[in-house]
Amino acid sequence: MRRDLTPRTLALIVAAILAAGPFAPQWTVFLLTVALAKGLVVLGLMILLRCGLVSFGQALYYCIGAYAAGLLGLRYEVSGVFTLMLAGMLASGATAFVLGFLLARYRSIFFGLLSLAISMILYGLLVKTEALGSSDGFNLLPSTLAGFRPADAWVRYMVLAVAVVVAFVAALLVNRYLKTPLGRLAPAIKDNEIRVEYMGASARHAIHVKYVIAAALAGLGGALAATTVGHIDPEMAYWTTSGEFIFITILAGTGNVIAPFLGALIFGIIQSVAFDISPNTWQMVLGSSLLVVIVFLPNGLWSLFSRGKAS
Amino acid sequence: MAAILDARGLCKNFGAVTAASDINAAIERDSVVGLIGTNGAGKTTFINMITGYLKPDRGRIHYEGRDITSLAPRDITRLGICRSFQIPQLYASLTAFENMMAGIGVVLRNAGLGGFFSRGEPLVPGHNLPAEEVAARILERFGLADYRDKNAQVLPGGVRKLLDIALTMVAKPKILLLDEPTSGVSSEEKFVIMEMIMKAVRAEGATVLFVEHDMEVVSRFAERVLAFYDGRIIADAPPAEALENAEVKRFVVGGELHRLDEAQARPRA
Repeated sequence: MRRDLTPRTLALIVAAILAAGPFAPQWTVFLLTVALAKGLVVLGLMILLRCGLVSFGQALYYCIGAYAAGLLGLRYEVSGVFTLMLAGMLASGATAFVLGFLLARYRSIFFGLLSLAISMILYGLLVKTEALGSSDGFNLLPSTLAGFRPADAWVRYMVLAVAVVVAFVAALLVNRYLKTPLGRLAPAIKDNEIRVEYMGASARHAIHVKYVIAAALAGLGGALAATTVGHIDPEMAYWTTSGEFIFITILAGTGNVIAPFLGALIFGIIQSVAFDISPNTWQMVLGSSLLVVIVFLPNGLWSLFSRGKAS
Repeated sequence: MAAILDARGLCKNFGAVTAASDINAAIERDSVVGLIGTNGAGKTTFINMITGYLKPDRGRIHYEGRDITSLAPRDITRLGICRSFQIPQLYASLTAFENMMAGIGVVLRNAGLGGFFSRGEPLVPGHNLPAEEVAARILERFGLADYRDKNAQVLPGGVRKLLDIALTMVAKPKILLLDEPTSGVSSEEKFVIMEMIMKAVRAEGATVLFVEHDMEVVSRFAERVLAFYDGRIIADAPPAEALENAEVKRFVVGGELHRLDEAQARPRA
Protein backbone atom coordinates (compact mmCIF):
# COMPACT_ATOMS: atom_id res chain seq x y z
CA MET A 1 0.00 0.00 0.00
CA ARG A 2 1.27 3.48 -0.87
CA ARG A 3 2.02 5.65 2.13
CA ASP A 4 -0.39 8.54 2.58
CA LEU A 5 1.67 11.73 2.46
CA THR A 6 -1.31 14.00 3.16
CA PRO A 7 -0.99 14.26 6.99
CA ARG A 8 2.70 15.09 6.77
CA THR A 9 2.17 17.65 4.00
CA LEU A 10 -0.64 19.25 5.99
CA ALA A 11 1.53 19.45 9.10
CA LEU A 12 4.30 21.18 7.14
CA ILE A 13 1.88 23.73 5.67
CA VAL A 14 0.42 24.45 9.13
CA ALA A 15 3.88 24.91 10.65
CA ALA A 16 4.88 27.23 7.80
CA ILE A 17 1.76 29.39 8.18
CA LEU A 18 2.09 29.62 11.97
CA ALA A 19 5.77 30.58 11.68
CA ALA A 20 5.31 33.14 8.90
CA GLY A 21 2.05 34.61 10.27
CA PRO A 22 3.54 37.17 12.71
CA PHE A 23 5.70 38.66 9.95
CA ALA A 24 3.09 38.68 7.19
CA PRO A 25 1.19 41.86 6.33
CA GLN A 26 -2.28 42.12 7.90
CA TRP A 27 -4.10 41.83 4.56
CA THR A 28 -2.49 38.48 3.77
CA VAL A 29 -3.41 37.18 7.22
CA PHE A 30 -7.01 38.21 6.58
CA LEU A 31 -7.01 36.70 3.07
CA LEU A 32 -5.63 33.43 4.38
CA THR A 33 -8.09 33.20 7.27
CA VAL A 34 -11.08 33.80 4.98
CA ALA A 35 -9.65 31.20 2.57
CA LEU A 36 -9.47 28.69 5.41
CA ALA A 37 -13.08 29.41 6.36
CA LYS A 38 -14.27 28.92 2.78
CA GLY A 39 -11.98 25.92 2.40
CA LEU A 40 -13.83 24.21 5.26
CA VAL A 41 -17.15 24.67 3.43
CA VAL A 42 -15.62 23.38 0.19
CA LEU A 43 -14.16 20.38 2.02
CA GLY A 44 -17.75 19.41 2.82
CA LEU A 45 -18.88 20.03 -0.75
CA MET A 46 -16.06 17.79 -1.91
CA ILE A 47 -17.44 14.90 0.18
CA LEU A 48 -20.84 15.37 -1.46
CA LEU A 49 -19.43 15.82 -4.95
CA ARG A 50 -17.50 12.55 -4.67
CA CYS A 51 -20.83 10.75 -4.56
CA GLY A 52 -22.19 12.84 -7.42
CA LEU A 53 -24.18 15.41 -5.46
CA VAL A 54 -23.83 19.15 -6.07
CA SER A 55 -25.41 21.29 -3.37
CA PHE A 56 -26.40 24.71 -4.70
CA GLY A 57 -27.37 25.72 -1.17
CA GLN A 58 -24.37 25.09 1.05
CA ALA A 59 -24.52 28.79 2.04
CA LEU A 60 -27.46 27.72 4.23
CA TYR A 61 -25.10 25.99 6.65
CA TYR A 62 -22.40 28.62 6.27
CA CYS A 63 -24.95 31.21 7.34
CA ILE A 64 -26.41 29.11 10.16
CA GLY A 65 -22.90 28.58 11.51
CA ALA A 66 -22.18 32.31 11.36
CA TYR A 67 -25.48 33.34 12.97
CA ALA A 68 -25.13 30.68 15.69
CA ALA A 69 -21.73 32.17 16.57
CA GLY A 70 -23.06 35.72 16.29
CA LEU A 71 -26.13 35.05 18.44
CA LEU A 72 -24.05 33.42 21.15
CA GLY A 73 -22.10 36.69 21.37
CA LEU A 74 -25.17 38.92 21.06
CA ARG A 75 -27.35 37.15 23.63
CA TYR A 76 -24.83 35.61 26.03
CA GLU A 77 -21.70 37.66 25.37
CA VAL A 78 -19.66 34.58 24.53
CA SER A 79 -16.52 35.52 22.63
CA GLY A 80 -14.32 32.42 22.97
CA VAL A 81 -13.36 31.57 19.44
CA PHE A 82 -13.46 27.78 19.93
CA THR A 83 -16.87 27.93 21.63
CA LEU A 84 -18.25 29.99 18.75
CA MET A 85 -16.94 27.54 16.16
CA LEU A 86 -18.28 24.57 18.06
CA ALA A 87 -21.69 26.27 18.26
CA GLY A 88 -21.66 26.97 14.51
CA MET A 89 -20.74 23.40 13.72
CA LEU A 90 -23.38 21.90 16.01
CA ALA A 91 -26.16 24.22 14.81
CA SER A 92 -25.48 23.41 11.16
CA GLY A 93 -24.97 19.70 11.76
CA ALA A 94 -28.24 19.42 13.71
CA THR A 95 -30.17 21.30 11.01
CA ALA A 96 -28.68 19.05 8.34
CA PHE A 97 -29.56 15.95 10.34
CA VAL A 98 -33.24 16.97 10.20
CA LEU A 99 -33.25 18.25 6.60
CA GLY A 100 -31.21 15.21 5.53
CA PHE A 101 -34.26 12.96 5.91
CA LEU A 102 -35.79 14.91 3.03
CA LEU A 103 -32.73 15.74 0.93
CA ALA A 104 -31.08 12.31 1.01
CA ARG A 105 -34.02 11.05 -1.07
CA TYR A 106 -33.14 13.32 -3.98
CA ARG A 107 -30.36 13.18 -6.57
CA SER A 108 -28.80 15.34 -9.29
CA ILE A 109 -30.61 18.58 -10.17
CA PHE A 110 -33.44 17.91 -7.70
CA PHE A 111 -31.00 17.70 -4.81
CA GLY A 112 -29.20 20.82 -6.01
CA LEU A 113 -32.28 22.97 -6.44
CA LEU A 114 -33.98 21.79 -3.26
CA SER A 115 -30.91 22.75 -1.24
CA LEU A 116 -30.84 26.10 -3.06
CA ALA A 117 -34.51 26.70 -2.22
CA ILE A 118 -33.97 26.00 1.49
CA SER A 119 -31.01 28.37 1.67
CA MET A 120 -33.09 31.11 0.03
CA ILE A 121 -35.86 30.55 2.60
CA LEU A 122 -33.33 31.28 5.35
CA TYR A 123 -32.15 34.36 3.45
CA GLY A 124 -35.75 35.59 3.18
CA LEU A 125 -36.37 35.01 6.89
CA LEU A 126 -33.20 36.80 7.98
CA VAL A 127 -33.88 39.81 5.77
CA LYS A 128 -37.29 40.19 7.44
CA THR A 129 -36.05 39.67 11.01
CA GLU A 130 -35.42 43.08 12.56
CA ALA A 131 -34.14 41.63 15.82
CA LEU A 132 -31.18 40.26 13.84
CA GLY A 133 -30.54 43.48 11.96
CA SER A 134 -32.54 42.57 8.84
CA SER A 135 -30.46 42.97 5.69
CA ASP A 136 -27.73 44.89 7.58
CA GLY A 137 -26.94 42.00 9.93
CA PHE A 138 -24.93 42.80 13.07
CA ASN A 139 -21.40 43.00 14.42
CA LEU A 140 -19.69 40.39 16.54
CA LEU A 141 -17.78 40.94 19.77
CA PRO A 142 -13.99 40.91 19.41
CA SER A 143 -12.80 37.30 19.74
CA THR A 144 -10.96 35.90 22.73
CA LEU A 145 -8.94 32.74 23.15
CA ALA A 146 -9.57 30.88 26.42
CA GLY A 147 -10.63 34.15 28.07
CA PHE A 148 -7.55 35.98 26.88
CA ARG A 149 -7.83 38.95 24.54
CA PRO A 150 -4.60 39.79 22.71
CA ALA A 151 -3.48 43.28 21.71
CA ASP A 152 -5.22 44.64 18.60
CA ALA A 153 -2.24 43.97 16.36
CA TRP A 154 -2.30 40.29 17.35
CA VAL A 155 -6.03 39.59 17.09
CA ARG A 156 -5.87 38.70 13.42
CA TYR A 157 -2.90 36.42 13.93
CA MET A 158 -4.68 34.70 16.80
CA VAL A 159 -7.76 34.02 14.66
CA LEU A 160 -5.50 32.80 11.83
CA ALA A 161 -3.67 30.45 14.18
CA VAL A 162 -6.94 29.05 15.47
CA ALA A 163 -8.26 28.74 11.89
CA VAL A 164 -5.15 26.89 10.75
CA VAL A 165 -5.33 24.44 13.62
CA VAL A 166 -9.07 23.84 13.16
CA ALA A 167 -8.70 23.40 9.39
CA PHE A 168 -5.78 21.04 9.98
CA VAL A 169 -7.79 18.84 12.34
CA ALA A 170 -10.84 18.91 10.03
CA ALA A 171 -8.73 17.97 7.00
CA LEU A 172 -7.07 15.11 8.89
CA LEU A 173 -10.41 13.75 10.08
CA VAL A 174 -11.94 13.97 6.60
CA ASN A 175 -8.84 12.35 5.13
CA ARG A 176 -9.31 9.44 7.50
CA TYR A 177 -13.03 9.32 6.83
CA LEU A 178 -12.46 9.06 3.07
CA LYS A 179 -10.50 5.87 3.72
CA THR A 180 -13.22 4.16 5.76
CA PRO A 181 -15.62 1.80 3.96
CA LEU A 182 -18.36 4.45 4.11
CA GLY A 183 -16.05 7.13 2.74
CA ARG A 184 -14.86 4.85 -0.03
CA LEU A 185 -18.42 4.07 -1.02
CA ALA A 186 -18.83 7.57 -2.55
CA PRO A 187 -17.75 6.81 -6.15
CA ALA A 188 -19.79 3.61 -6.06
CA ILE A 189 -22.90 5.58 -5.06
CA LYS A 190 -22.16 8.03 -7.86
CA ASP A 191 -21.88 5.20 -10.41
CA ASN A 192 -24.58 2.72 -9.50
CA GLU A 193 -26.93 2.91 -6.53
CA ILE A 194 -28.73 -0.30 -7.50
CA ARG A 195 -25.51 -2.23 -7.11
CA VAL A 196 -24.71 -0.53 -3.81
CA GLU A 197 -28.11 -1.67 -2.52
CA TYR A 198 -27.55 -5.24 -3.77
CA MET A 199 -24.12 -5.33 -2.14
CA GLY A 200 -25.93 -4.74 1.16
CA ALA A 201 -25.57 -1.02 1.84
CA SER A 202 -28.06 1.83 1.93
CA ALA A 203 -27.08 4.65 -0.41
CA ARG A 204 -29.60 6.96 1.25
CA HIS A 205 -28.15 6.38 4.69
CA ALA A 206 -24.61 6.96 3.39
CA ILE A 207 -25.68 10.20 1.72
CA HIS A 208 -27.45 11.37 4.87
CA VAL A 209 -24.26 10.89 6.88
CA LYS A 210 -22.18 12.72 4.26
CA TYR A 211 -24.73 15.53 4.14
CA VAL A 212 -24.47 16.07 7.91
CA ILE A 213 -20.66 16.03 7.80
CA ALA A 214 -20.66 18.54 4.93
CA ALA A 215 -23.07 20.82 6.82
CA ALA A 216 -21.04 20.63 10.03
CA LEU A 217 -17.95 21.69 8.10
CA ALA A 218 -19.88 24.55 6.47
CA GLY A 219 -21.11 25.66 9.90
CA LEU A 220 -17.56 25.62 11.20
CA GLY A 221 -16.46 27.68 8.19
CA GLY A 222 -19.33 30.13 8.70
CA ALA A 223 -18.49 30.67 12.38
CA LEU A 224 -14.82 31.15 11.48
CA ALA A 225 -15.70 33.66 8.75
CA ALA A 226 -17.93 35.53 11.21
CA THR A 227 -15.18 35.85 13.84
CA THR A 228 -12.64 36.84 11.17
CA VAL A 229 -14.74 39.51 9.51
CA GLY A 230 -16.46 40.59 12.73
CA HIS A 231 -19.78 41.10 10.95
CA ILE A 232 -22.55 38.89 9.63
CA ASP A 233 -25.50 39.54 7.35
CA PRO A 234 -28.12 37.52 5.40
CA GLU A 235 -25.95 37.71 2.27
CA MET A 236 -24.11 34.71 3.74
CA ALA A 237 -27.16 32.54 2.85
CA TYR A 238 -27.68 34.12 -0.59
CA TRP A 239 -27.38 31.93 -3.67
CA THR A 240 -24.31 33.77 -4.94
CA THR A 241 -22.46 32.66 -1.81
CA SER A 242 -23.37 29.04 -2.58
CA GLY A 243 -22.26 29.66 -6.15
CA GLU A 244 -18.90 30.85 -4.91
CA PHE A 245 -18.41 27.62 -2.96
CA ILE A 246 -19.21 25.51 -6.01
CA PHE A 247 -16.89 27.69 -8.06
CA ILE A 248 -14.07 26.91 -5.63
CA THR A 249 -14.93 23.19 -5.56
CA ILE A 250 -14.63 22.95 -9.34
CA LEU A 251 -11.50 25.09 -9.33
CA ALA A 252 -9.89 22.89 -6.65
CA GLY A 253 -10.95 19.40 -7.68
CA THR A 254 -11.87 16.52 -5.37
CA GLY A 255 -8.55 14.67 -5.42
CA ASN A 256 -7.32 15.45 -1.91
CA VAL A 257 -8.37 17.17 1.33
CA ILE A 258 -5.73 19.85 0.75
CA ALA A 259 -7.35 20.86 -2.55
CA PRO A 260 -10.32 22.81 -1.07
CA PHE A 261 -8.03 25.08 0.95
CA LEU A 262 -5.67 25.59 -1.96
CA GLY A 263 -8.66 26.35 -4.20
CA ALA A 264 -10.12 28.81 -1.70
CA LEU A 265 -6.80 30.60 -1.36
CA ILE A 266 -6.29 30.88 -5.12
CA PHE A 267 -9.89 32.04 -5.48
CA GLY A 268 -9.23 34.75 -2.87
CA ILE A 269 -6.04 35.85 -4.60
CA ILE A 270 -7.64 35.98 -8.07
CA GLN A 271 -10.61 37.88 -6.63
CA SER A 272 -8.41 40.47 -4.86
CA VAL A 273 -6.07 40.97 -7.82
CA ALA A 274 -8.94 41.16 -10.31
CA PHE A 275 -10.76 43.67 -8.12
CA ASP A 276 -7.62 45.75 -7.88
CA ILE A 277 -6.98 45.76 -11.63
CA SER A 278 -10.53 46.23 -12.88
CA PRO A 279 -13.04 47.11 -10.15
CA ASN A 280 -15.96 47.05 -12.60
CA THR A 281 -15.26 43.85 -14.47
CA TRP A 282 -13.52 41.68 -11.88
CA GLN A 283 -16.12 38.92 -12.25
CA MET A 284 -15.03 38.54 -15.87
CA VAL A 285 -11.46 37.79 -14.79
CA LEU A 286 -12.77 35.28 -12.27
CA GLY A 287 -14.99 33.61 -14.86
CA SER A 288 -12.20 33.43 -17.41
CA SER A 289 -9.82 31.82 -14.94
CA LEU A 290 -12.41 29.15 -14.11
CA LEU A 291 -12.88 28.54 -17.83
CA VAL A 292 -9.15 28.05 -18.25
CA VAL A 293 -9.07 25.54 -15.38
CA ILE A 294 -12.05 23.60 -16.76
CA VAL A 295 -10.51 23.38 -20.24
CA PHE A 296 -6.95 22.55 -19.26
CA LEU A 297 -7.41 20.87 -15.87
CA PRO A 298 -10.83 19.21 -15.97
CA ASN A 299 -10.18 17.53 -12.61
CA GLY A 300 -9.29 20.83 -10.97
CA LEU A 301 -6.10 22.42 -9.73
CA TRP A 302 -5.26 19.37 -7.65
CA SER A 303 -4.57 17.36 -10.80
CA LEU A 304 -1.36 19.43 -11.13
CA PHE A 305 -0.10 17.62 -8.04
CA SER A 306 -1.58 14.18 -8.59
CA ARG A 307 -0.45 13.86 -12.20
CA GLY A 308 3.15 13.10 -11.29
CA LYS A 309 2.05 10.37 -8.89
CA ALA A 310 -0.11 8.57 -11.44
CA SER A 311 2.58 8.24 -14.09
CA MET B 1 -31.66 -32.34 2.53
CA ALA B 2 -33.12 -29.29 4.25
CA ALA B 3 -34.59 -26.45 2.21
CA ILE B 4 -32.55 -23.28 2.50
CA LEU B 5 -35.13 -21.26 0.60
CA ASP B 6 -38.85 -21.85 0.55
CA ALA B 7 -41.28 -19.87 -1.60
CA ARG B 8 -44.98 -20.52 -0.98
CA GLY B 9 -47.89 -19.31 -3.09
CA LEU B 10 -46.15 -16.33 -4.65
CA CYS B 11 -48.40 -14.16 -6.83
CA LYS B 12 -47.53 -10.97 -8.63
CA ASN B 13 -49.55 -8.97 -11.14
CA PHE B 14 -48.53 -5.90 -13.09
CA GLY B 15 -51.92 -4.48 -14.05
CA ALA B 16 -53.55 -7.10 -16.28
CA VAL B 17 -50.29 -9.02 -16.73
CA THR B 18 -49.70 -11.99 -14.44
CA ALA B 19 -45.99 -12.31 -13.76
CA ALA B 20 -46.33 -14.92 -11.03
CA SER B 21 -49.29 -17.07 -10.17
CA ASP B 22 -49.03 -19.41 -7.19
CA ILE B 23 -45.30 -20.14 -7.41
CA ASN B 24 -44.18 -22.84 -4.97
CA ALA B 25 -40.57 -23.93 -4.76
CA ALA B 26 -38.33 -25.27 -2.02
CA ILE B 27 -34.63 -25.02 -2.81
CA GLU B 28 -32.30 -27.45 -1.09
CA ARG B 29 -29.02 -26.38 0.41
CA ASP B 30 -25.99 -26.79 -1.88
CA SER B 31 -28.10 -27.57 -4.94
CA VAL B 32 -27.78 -26.08 -8.43
CA VAL B 33 -31.12 -25.13 -9.92
CA GLY B 34 -31.72 -24.00 -13.50
CA LEU B 35 -34.65 -21.67 -14.20
CA ILE B 36 -35.94 -21.97 -17.75
CA GLY B 37 -38.78 -20.40 -19.69
CA THR B 38 -39.34 -17.99 -22.55
CA ASN B 39 -39.12 -14.25 -22.08
CA GLY B 40 -41.93 -13.02 -19.88
CA ALA B 41 -42.51 -16.45 -18.32
CA GLY B 42 -41.73 -15.14 -14.80
CA LYS B 43 -38.13 -16.20 -14.14
CA THR B 44 -36.74 -12.76 -13.42
CA THR B 45 -39.89 -11.82 -11.46
CA PHE B 46 -39.19 -14.86 -9.27
CA ILE B 47 -35.59 -13.72 -8.72
CA ASN B 48 -36.74 -10.15 -8.10
CA MET B 49 -39.20 -11.32 -5.45
CA ILE B 50 -36.58 -13.41 -3.66
CA THR B 51 -34.09 -10.54 -3.62
CA GLY B 52 -36.63 -8.00 -2.41
CA TYR B 53 -36.75 -5.83 -5.52
CA LEU B 54 -40.43 -6.76 -5.97
CA LYS B 55 -42.85 -7.55 -3.17
CA PRO B 56 -45.25 -10.39 -4.01
CA ASP B 57 -48.95 -9.52 -3.93
CA ARG B 58 -49.55 -12.79 -2.05
CA GLY B 59 -47.39 -15.58 -0.65
CA ARG B 60 -44.35 -15.76 1.61
CA ILE B 61 -40.66 -16.45 1.15
CA HIS B 62 -38.67 -18.12 3.91
CA TYR B 63 -34.90 -18.27 4.03
CA GLU B 64 -33.33 -20.60 6.60
CA GLY B 65 -36.68 -20.62 8.36
CA ARG B 66 -36.94 -16.84 8.50
CA ASP B 67 -39.63 -14.84 6.67
CA ILE B 68 -37.83 -12.46 4.31
CA THR B 69 -40.84 -11.44 2.20
CA SER B 70 -40.96 -7.83 3.34
CA LEU B 71 -37.24 -7.14 3.72
CA ALA B 72 -35.37 -4.55 1.63
CA PRO B 73 -32.84 -5.81 -0.96
CA ARG B 74 -29.89 -4.72 1.20
CA ASP B 75 -31.17 -6.64 4.21
CA ILE B 76 -31.71 -9.75 2.11
CA THR B 77 -28.17 -9.39 0.74
CA ARG B 78 -26.82 -9.08 4.28
CA LEU B 79 -28.48 -12.40 5.16
CA GLY B 80 -26.49 -14.11 2.38
CA ILE B 81 -28.68 -14.02 -0.73
CA CYS B 82 -26.77 -12.31 -3.54
CA ARG B 83 -27.58 -11.82 -7.19
CA SER B 84 -26.03 -10.97 -10.51
CA PHE B 85 -27.84 -9.10 -13.25
CA GLN B 86 -28.89 -9.77 -16.81
CA ILE B 87 -27.38 -6.40 -17.71
CA PRO B 88 -24.22 -6.16 -15.55
CA GLN B 89 -24.56 -3.58 -12.77
CA LEU B 90 -21.03 -2.32 -12.26
CA TYR B 91 -19.38 0.84 -10.99
CA ALA B 92 -18.59 2.11 -14.48
CA SER B 93 -15.95 4.71 -13.65
CA LEU B 94 -13.99 2.38 -11.38
CA THR B 95 -11.50 -0.30 -12.39
CA ALA B 96 -12.29 -3.99 -11.98
CA PHE B 97 -10.15 -4.03 -8.83
CA GLU B 98 -11.83 -0.91 -7.43
CA ASN B 99 -15.22 -2.49 -8.14
CA MET B 100 -14.23 -5.41 -5.96
CA MET B 101 -12.86 -3.09 -3.28
CA ALA B 102 -16.12 -1.11 -3.20
CA GLY B 103 -18.01 -4.36 -2.66
CA ILE B 104 -15.61 -5.48 0.05
CA GLY B 105 -16.01 -2.06 1.68
CA VAL B 106 -19.71 -2.75 2.14
CA VAL B 107 -18.99 -6.17 3.63
CA LEU B 108 -16.52 -4.64 6.09
CA ARG B 109 -18.93 -1.87 7.00
CA ASN B 110 -21.80 -4.28 7.60
CA ALA B 111 -19.52 -6.27 9.89
CA GLY B 112 -18.57 -3.06 11.73
CA LEU B 113 -14.93 -3.33 10.62
CA GLY B 114 -12.52 -0.76 9.19
CA GLY B 115 -14.54 2.13 10.63
CA PHE B 116 -13.36 5.57 11.64
CA PHE B 117 -12.04 4.53 15.03
CA SER B 118 -10.62 1.11 14.18
CA ARG B 119 -6.90 0.54 13.91
CA GLY B 120 -4.91 -1.59 11.51
CA GLU B 121 -6.15 -3.37 8.43
CA PRO B 122 -9.19 -5.55 9.10
CA LEU B 123 -9.64 -9.06 7.70
CA VAL B 124 -12.65 -9.54 5.44
CA PRO B 125 -15.18 -11.75 7.26
CA GLY B 126 -15.65 -15.16 5.65
CA HIS B 127 -12.40 -14.83 3.71
CA ASN B 128 -10.10 -14.05 6.67
CA LEU B 129 -7.76 -12.11 4.42
CA PRO B 130 -7.02 -8.39 3.96
CA ALA B 131 -9.33 -6.62 1.50
CA GLU B 132 -6.84 -6.23 -1.34
CA GLU B 133 -5.93 -9.89 -1.23
CA VAL B 134 -9.58 -10.95 -1.32
CA ALA B 135 -10.19 -8.71 -4.36
CA ALA B 136 -7.16 -10.08 -6.20
CA ARG B 137 -8.07 -13.70 -5.43
CA ILE B 138 -11.64 -13.45 -6.62
CA LEU B 139 -10.57 -11.66 -9.81
CA GLU B 140 -8.08 -14.43 -10.45
CA ARG B 141 -10.63 -17.15 -9.82
CA PHE B 142 -12.87 -15.60 -12.46
CA GLY B 143 -10.01 -15.22 -14.94
CA LEU B 144 -10.12 -11.42 -14.60
CA ALA B 145 -6.61 -10.78 -13.31
CA ASP B 146 -5.56 -9.23 -16.64
CA TYR B 147 -8.40 -6.71 -16.47
CA ARG B 148 -7.64 -5.65 -12.90
CA ASP B 149 -6.76 -2.04 -13.68
CA LYS B 150 -9.13 -1.47 -16.59
CA ASN B 151 -12.19 0.71 -16.13
CA ALA B 152 -15.42 -1.27 -16.00
CA GLN B 153 -17.02 0.80 -18.76
CA VAL B 154 -14.38 -0.20 -21.34
CA LEU B 155 -14.43 -3.93 -20.57
CA PRO B 156 -15.82 -6.34 -23.20
CA GLY B 157 -19.37 -7.66 -22.61
CA GLY B 158 -18.37 -11.14 -21.47
CA VAL B 159 -15.83 -9.75 -19.02
CA ARG B 160 -18.38 -7.33 -17.59
CA LYS B 161 -20.68 -10.27 -17.05
CA LEU B 162 -17.99 -12.18 -15.17
CA LEU B 163 -17.11 -9.13 -13.09
CA ASP B 164 -20.78 -8.72 -12.22
CA ILE B 165 -20.82 -12.28 -10.86
CA ALA B 166 -17.39 -11.93 -9.23
CA LEU B 167 -18.74 -8.92 -7.30
CA THR B 168 -21.35 -11.08 -5.59
CA MET B 169 -18.62 -13.36 -4.23
CA VAL B 170 -17.13 -10.77 -1.86
CA ALA B 171 -20.03 -11.26 0.55
CA LYS B 172 -19.61 -15.07 0.65
CA PRO B 173 -23.22 -15.68 -0.43
CA LYS B 174 -25.11 -18.72 0.79
CA ILE B 175 -27.50 -18.45 -2.12
CA LEU B 176 -26.50 -17.00 -5.45
CA LEU B 177 -29.04 -16.03 -8.09
CA LEU B 178 -27.53 -15.63 -11.54
CA ASP B 179 -29.75 -13.91 -14.08
CA GLU B 180 -28.69 -15.20 -17.50
CA PRO B 181 -24.97 -15.53 -16.73
CA THR B 182 -24.12 -16.46 -20.32
CA SER B 183 -26.35 -14.09 -22.27
CA GLY B 184 -24.42 -12.09 -24.84
CA VAL B 185 -21.68 -14.72 -24.86
CA SER B 186 -21.01 -16.76 -28.04
CA SER B 187 -22.27 -20.36 -27.93
CA GLU B 188 -18.71 -21.76 -28.09
CA GLU B 189 -17.66 -19.71 -25.05
CA LYS B 190 -20.78 -20.47 -23.03
CA PHE B 191 -19.51 -23.75 -21.63
CA VAL B 192 -16.08 -22.37 -20.82
CA ILE B 193 -17.54 -19.40 -19.00
CA MET B 194 -20.19 -21.41 -17.21
CA GLU B 195 -17.55 -23.96 -16.17
CA MET B 196 -15.44 -21.17 -14.70
CA ILE B 197 -18.39 -19.57 -12.91
CA MET B 198 -19.61 -22.82 -11.42
CA LYS B 199 -16.15 -23.82 -10.29
CA ALA B 200 -15.58 -20.46 -8.60
CA VAL B 201 -19.02 -20.35 -7.05
CA ARG B 202 -19.13 -23.95 -5.88
CA ALA B 203 -15.70 -23.58 -4.30
CA GLU B 204 -17.37 -21.10 -1.94
CA GLY B 205 -20.14 -23.59 -1.18
CA ALA B 206 -23.08 -21.52 -2.38
CA THR B 207 -26.50 -22.77 -3.45
CA VAL B 208 -27.03 -21.60 -7.03
CA LEU B 209 -30.12 -20.65 -9.02
CA PHE B 210 -29.44 -19.61 -12.58
CA VAL B 211 -31.62 -18.41 -15.43
CA GLU B 212 -30.59 -19.87 -18.77
CA HIS B 213 -31.96 -20.12 -22.29
CA ASP B 214 -29.49 -22.66 -23.65
CA MET B 215 -30.87 -26.13 -22.84
CA GLU B 216 -27.49 -27.77 -23.30
CA VAL B 217 -26.02 -25.53 -20.64
CA VAL B 218 -28.99 -26.30 -18.39
CA SER B 219 -28.60 -30.09 -18.83
CA ARG B 220 -24.90 -29.89 -18.23
CA PHE B 221 -24.88 -27.74 -15.06
CA ALA B 222 -28.27 -27.92 -13.34
CA GLU B 223 -29.18 -30.68 -10.91
CA ARG B 224 -32.78 -29.60 -10.96
CA VAL B 225 -34.87 -27.54 -13.37
CA LEU B 226 -37.77 -25.20 -12.69
CA ALA B 227 -39.61 -24.54 -15.95
CA PHE B 228 -41.70 -21.34 -16.02
CA TYR B 229 -44.58 -20.56 -18.31
CA ASP B 230 -47.08 -17.73 -17.98
CA GLY B 231 -46.12 -17.00 -14.37
CA ARG B 232 -46.45 -20.65 -13.29
CA ILE B 233 -43.96 -23.45 -12.70
CA ILE B 234 -44.96 -26.14 -15.19
CA ALA B 235 -42.19 -28.60 -14.35
CA ASP B 236 -39.92 -29.14 -11.37
CA ALA B 237 -37.59 -32.11 -11.92
CA PRO B 238 -34.03 -33.16 -12.79
CA PRO B 239 -33.00 -31.81 -16.24
CA ALA B 240 -33.38 -35.07 -18.18
CA GLU B 241 -36.92 -35.50 -16.91
CA ALA B 242 -37.96 -31.84 -17.09
CA LEU B 243 -36.76 -31.32 -20.64
CA GLU B 244 -38.75 -34.37 -21.76
CA ASN B 245 -41.95 -33.08 -20.17
CA ALA B 246 -44.59 -32.53 -22.87
CA GLU B 247 -45.60 -29.07 -21.61
CA VAL B 248 -41.98 -27.99 -21.29
CA LYS B 249 -41.26 -29.23 -24.81
CA ARG B 250 -44.21 -27.31 -26.15
CA PHE B 251 -43.98 -24.05 -24.21
CA VAL B 252 -40.32 -23.71 -23.25
CA VAL B 253 -38.01 -25.72 -25.48
CA GLY B 254 -40.25 -25.02 -28.48
CA GLY B 255 -40.18 -21.38 -27.56
CA GLU B 256 -36.40 -21.43 -27.34
CA LEU B 257 -36.17 -23.08 -30.79
CA HIS B 258 -38.41 -20.34 -32.04
CA ARG B 259 -36.00 -17.78 -30.53
CA LEU B 260 -33.11 -19.54 -32.24
CA ASP B 261 -34.91 -19.48 -35.59
CA GLU B 262 -35.59 -15.81 -35.19
CA ALA B 263 -31.96 -15.13 -34.37
CA GLN B 264 -30.76 -17.07 -37.40
CA ALA B 265 -33.30 -15.46 -39.70
CA ARG B 266 -32.10 -12.00 -38.62
CA PRO B 267 -29.80 -10.58 -41.32
CA ARG B 268 -26.25 -10.12 -40.12
CA ALA B 269 -24.99 -6.59 -39.89
